Amino acid sequence: MSAYDKLVFELSSPGRVGFSLPESDVPGKPLAELLPRKFLRGAAPALPEVSEFDVVRHYSRLSRMNYGLDTHFYPLGSCTMKYNPKINEDMARVPGFARLHPLTRPEDAQGALRLMHDLAGMLAEIAGMDAVSLQPAAGAQGEFAGVLMIRAYHASRGEKRTKVLIPDSAHGTNPASTAIAGYEVVEVKSLPNGEVDLDALTREVGPDVAAFMITVPNTLGMFEPRIMEITEICHAKGVQVYMDGANLNAILGITRPGDLGFDVCHFNLHKTFTTPHGGGGPGAGPVGIKAHLEPFLPAPVVVKDGDTYALDDKRPKSIGKLQAFWGNFGMLVRAYAYIRTMGADGLRSVSDNAVLNANYIMKRLEADYDVSVPGPCMHECVLSARRQKRQGVTATDIAKRLLDLGFYAPSTYFPLIVEEALMIEPTETESKETLDEFCDAMIQIAREAQQNPAIVTSAPVTTPVRRLDQTRAAREPNLRWSPTR
Amino acid sequence: MASRYIANTPAEQREMLRTIGASSIEDLLVKIPPKARLSRPLALPPALAEADLIRHMRALAAKNADADRYVCFQGAGSYDHYVPSPINHLISRGEFFTAYTPYQPEASQGTLRTIYEYQTMIAELTGMDVANASIYDGASSLAEAALMAHAVTERTEIVLARGVNPLYRRVVATYCDGPGIRLREVPAPEGVLDAEAAGTLVDKKTAALVVQSPNFYGCLEDVAAAAEIAHAAGALLVVVTDPVNLGVLEAPGRLGADIVVGEGQGLGVPMSFGGPNLGVFAAKAELVRRMPGRLVGATVDKEGHRGFVLTLQTREQHIRRAKATSNICTNVALCALMATIYMATLGKQGLQRVGELSAAKAHYAAEQLTKVPGVSLRFAQPFFKEFALRLPKSPASVVAKLAKQRILPGVPLKTYDRTLADCLLVAVTEQRTREEIDAYAAALAEAVRSPQRRHR
Repeated sequence: MSAYDKLVFELSSPGRVGFSLPESDVPGKPLAELLPRKFLRGAAPALPEVSEFDVVRHYSRLSRMNYGLDTHFYPLGSCTMKYNPKINEDMARVPGFARLHPLTRPEDAQGALRLMHDLAGMLAEIAGMDAVSLQPAAGAQGEFAGVLMIRAYHASRGEKRTKVLIPDSAHGTNPASTAIAGYEVVEVKSLPNGEVDLDALTREVGPDVAAFMITVPNTLGMFEPRIMEITEICHAKGVQVYMDGANLNAILGITRPGDLGFDVCHFNLHKTFTTPHGGGGPGAGPVGIKAHLEPFLPAPVVVKDGDTYALDDKRPKSIGKLQAFWGNFGMLVRAYAYIRTMGADGLRSVSDNAVLNANYIMKRLEADYDVSVPGPCMHECVLSARRQKRQGVTATDIAKRLLDLGFYAPSTYFPLIVEEALMIEPTETESKETLDEFCDAMIQIAREAQQNPAIVTSAPVTTPVRRLDQTRAAREPNLRWSPTR
Repeated sequence: MASRYIANTPAEQREMLRTIGASSIEDLLVKIPPKARLSRPLALPPALAEADLIRHMRALAAKNADADRYVCFQGAGSYDHYVPSPINHLISRGEFFTAYTPYQPEASQGTLRTIYEYQTMIAELTGMDVANASIYDGASSLAEAALMAHAVTERTEIVLARGVNPLYRRVVATYCDGPGIRLREVPAPEGVLDAEAAGTLVDKKTAALVVQSPNFYGCLEDVAAAAEIAHAAGALLVVVTDPVNLGVLEAPGRLGADIVVGEGQGLGVPMSFGGPNLGVFAAKAELVRRMPGRLVGATVDKEGHRGFVLTLQTREQHIRRAKATSNICTNVALCALMATIYMATLGKQGLQRVGELSAAKAHYAAEQLTKVPGVSLRFAQPFFKEFALRLPKSPASVVAKLAKQRILPGVPLKTYDRTLADCLLVAVTEQRTREEIDAYAAALAEAVRSPQRRHR
């Protein structure tokens, strides 16, 4: 790895430029005469002064300090790090999509609206839902929208319900989104195997509960075998059931949230539908719902009338808007291109192979690591490093050692209910060779933990920096560069 | 047929199943109850080969009036600004593009460094102490600012100027519904905040006063005066701004803002029919532990070398769960990277030039367009790159007529404010040429001319 250590500010040289802008071609007064002085900046902003090539080389070098999916296997559980097809990028960059202004009148944006309308329809079919809103910008915003629709639904029936039940194995966004929507979050203990405790659930669901929110397959990578009983128990008490769709990659064409009895589910297009993670977004988090929630959908809704598409914003019961415009359209274009590429058989094959790959990894590692729940698993498996911990090697150490061996790390310490959790999701796009190389590396680390734990605990050594002082970063926050530092 | 995105061959599948000890993939799905299984294939359109997909997508794209084929004078929160070529090349590097959130910092120094640079440049432009790694868009950034002001002050009302983008105000309403925050609105009869009305509305129940400058109508607001009103009542001042303008416009932080939010799309992010955009969020240092979203901080590794990590994470959902400052997880890191490269490329001089050119062209356009009989500026206020025009004909009909000449003349304001039903909001960036502006003025003159005098 390169030992590059510059920030762009440290390349700056007064007077150097990296841009190309024309001379003004209009007559007129200088800015100082156009606008009152009080509106104008006293001194120019202290931005870097670098050449175009400085910029290109700097960011190219920084990029080499990252592990990306294109360069490294990313077995990051719950994140579905699958190949991001290049053709989708080309399509999102077509000027008719990329250079389209959001407030272009619908008559002049028919292609974009049709794409959105059809994508919503395809997602509804995939999830067995009656309608889909494409507006949420990410999974967490999809959750927020879903919970708000549930809240509006209960309110429309004159019901005052104040609690939402969430298993202790849930993603952190579930309780956070629910709290912002104005609900009290009640954590429900899972059984040791990660499944919902039906007795506990039956005790908790009552007239004050608005919704039960769960992830299917669950965060241990297991399908909830009694899921249809769960949705029935909830519905019998007037409780809406929300499915966190983070793990949808496991069930495409196999089973559908709507058919399982869910009222709401969100999609992470940046997981299941191959839009790139981009180092932390942008994603897109469409939300699907059953018909009884349709009046409450975020506004506007893309509608079709004959052969014409429009944005319907006259929706008095809507929960409102979530972002200024219509959704992360660029991501929608990519997801649409992906679904049109795969078709029904292709998507089914995605889940089949995702499940196969995860079970293969679980089988190959079961002798060297503790398996949290016996298989078969769905698209991911959760191992525990509790055995290695007794040898002085933690899940973090294993993750760091993997970086040295040329792999990104699995998710660690999640779900919270598994000690020293290592959550591994290979996805369908990885080859058997890659899975074997990864398993060999994991087995090597297990051996090292027994024989020479220092190799593991001192990792990584091949990365641009070694383990970083997190405590110092939090105690003395240094959140911006300044020339004096 | 085999998919190019799936590597396993039937022979490899069989080999893997043998290792697993299963006879088929079906054997791995046993936990799914039979009655839960989908008994038919998904009803989706047939799969397309790459060349067919391209044809199909291009046909859809061709039905859109994009800013390459049409001359764009639309704004209202999304702008056709210059995007230097290196941005697309650099963000397309798989190491950036296909990386995950930098939770393993040793393998993510590239992303972490760019976010640290981004935070530094946004803080500098806005005149604030600290900026986060991004929120979804300008509107959701403002909504997060409202929730944060509510949490910090423990007060229950947010007072919004009518000049704040109405689409943003709708998003604020969505977010404030759950916590029961009351929203109040200050009128803007002259196109800017009615300071007297604001003084009356802002009181000890007010968590924050929100102003936007330049505001939705393009007018510049007196941010310092708004700050005095907010602070006199112990409320925070939240300023919505467009950071691409801050090469020449005064930094809101120097005018008394406590939180600055805005839409960063102008900083090198494509318009892309409104998303993904870039939610900018910056605040004073004392508020940092209440901020939403990710923050990157500098630290050292075990050998003393400089390195960067996600920090102050105890604010965030994956640690604090229901008590987190926000539910945001995935943000818009790649858009923040576009903005970082944009700000580095434009630099100190370039961002000034963008501001100067946009303002000069907008004022030239206003002059030419108001020479058309019956056309006038709606507000007598200083403006920057955007202004509201009052037209003698329905703005929607003007938009329809000019579309035939491949001109997108602006955004009719009727949808957003009934009192402005005769107005068109016009944005002019540095991208527009004199020739385009003159052609627009000529087309507008033709479009608003009374029918009996029109011959052609």
